[in-house]
Amino acid sequence: MTETMPIRLKVNGEAVSALVEPRQHLADFLRLHLQLTGTHVGCEHGVCGACTVRMNGDIVRGCLTLAVQADGAEIETIEGLSESGEIADIQAAFHRRNALQCGFCTPGMLVTTSELLACIDRVPTREEVRSYLSGNYCRCTGYQAIVDAIVEVAVARRSGSDT
Amino acid sequence: MKPGAFGYRRAESAEDAVRLFLEVGEGAQYLAGGQSLMATLNFRVSEAGTLIDLTRIESLKGIEQRGNAIHIGALTTHASVARSSLVRKRLPLIAEAYVHVAHPAIRNRGTIGGSIALGDPASEMPACMLALDAVIHANGPAGKRSIPIDDFYLGLYETALEEGELLTGIEIPLPAEGARHGFEEIARRHGDYAMAGLAVMTTGRRARMAYFAISDRALRSTAAEDAFVSGASPAECAEVATREMYVFGDLNASENMKRHLAGVLMRRVLLSLDGGASA
Repeated sequence: MTETMPIRLKVNGEAVSALVEPRQHLADFLRLHLQLTGTHVGCEHGVCGACTVRMNGDIVRGCLTLAVQADGAEIETIEGLSESGEIADIQAAFHRRNALQCGFCTPGMLVTTSELLACIDRVPTREEVRSYLSGNYCRCTGYQAIVDAIVEVAVARRSGSDT
Repeated sequence: MKPGAFGYRRAESAEDAVRLFLEVGEGAQYLAGGQSLMATLNFRVSEAGTLIDLTRIESLKGIEQRGNAIHIGALTTHASVARSSLVRKRLPLIAEAYVHVAHPAIRNRGTIGGSIALGDPASEMPACMLALDAVIHANGPAGKRSIPIDDFYLGLYETALEEGELLTGIEIPLPAEGARHGFEEIARRHGDYAMAGLAVMTTGRRARMAYFAISDRALRSTAAEDAFVSGASPAECAEVATREMYVFGDLNASENMKRHLAGVLMRRVLLSLDGGASA
């Protein structure tokens, strides 16, 4: 009874076409069809934020978006953002500040951070960072270091220096 | 978890969606932003035979002023509404409430129409619509109609929408000159479900005060509105609301807790109205 539907989309700049079951969510599609396992699957009901990816430029929950809904869309995952170098400074700051422990939440944290820093034209306050990241859980509870790293990048980007 | 199997159809217009709903028949369900529906499907607390995806219906997206009202298409995302300069300027209550609505990734996909049609008792937009005296536009098997917001919420996740009827947009009358607004929400964590919340609009001596996360649905405290109109102080309005509200406990707060918070919020909101509202 499992019908499949054809989809065509761009993932990290590459054209992809596939047959998917309607019930398959985007995060599973990325992981299982494309082996892009940097997108993590945590709670699968929109709470934890580990599956965060960009869809047509906006961050979305990979678990609350169906793969069929991504037909025609441009998807960017942590792999794409890493390879392009777009978030290299954020990654370096996370590393330097020890802003990851087990690392499970890190891809989602990085994708969300990239949007936060793109949509604010000044250095966000720590409260603003926490508010923006409120939809991303770190169950190691390493939030302090994550906020440290993000503020550090924001300051560096404003001052134009490339840390 | 993974959702059970379902079919998928994509609607091109509101009329097309209704037609697909009738064609599919049993098990048909509309899918808007999916930020609540997909979660419940994944959790298997709900199931669908066939989802009718509304997210590509461009004609149901957008915000514009039409005469003395602002019209918001049902499929406009929370993020777009919150960013809208028209909303920020003319409907500051909504802009203020949006600070509390979910998280960025959810707001990018969730829609204002979906939130209003679902009628989660803890969500902000239904209460804002009540405070703003909005009109709901719907399209269904029996045709188009408009529903005053006061007739829209009937009970827990129960609205006036009939089987197959689709919420297509909301029309919000522009607040009169000198109108004041207030909004307060208490939640354990930013963006989480509210333990209690209140949205208020007042113009001169008229007032609309709508609670959320207090009852089984967004609900006005007409008793507190009447008290306010007859010149009661914030403390007196709070006391009336605490006594008269129909309160419904949930996982986030017991009935007694919510009853207490109803009074706290009323006092806070009325005191926060420009210049304090004690009269």
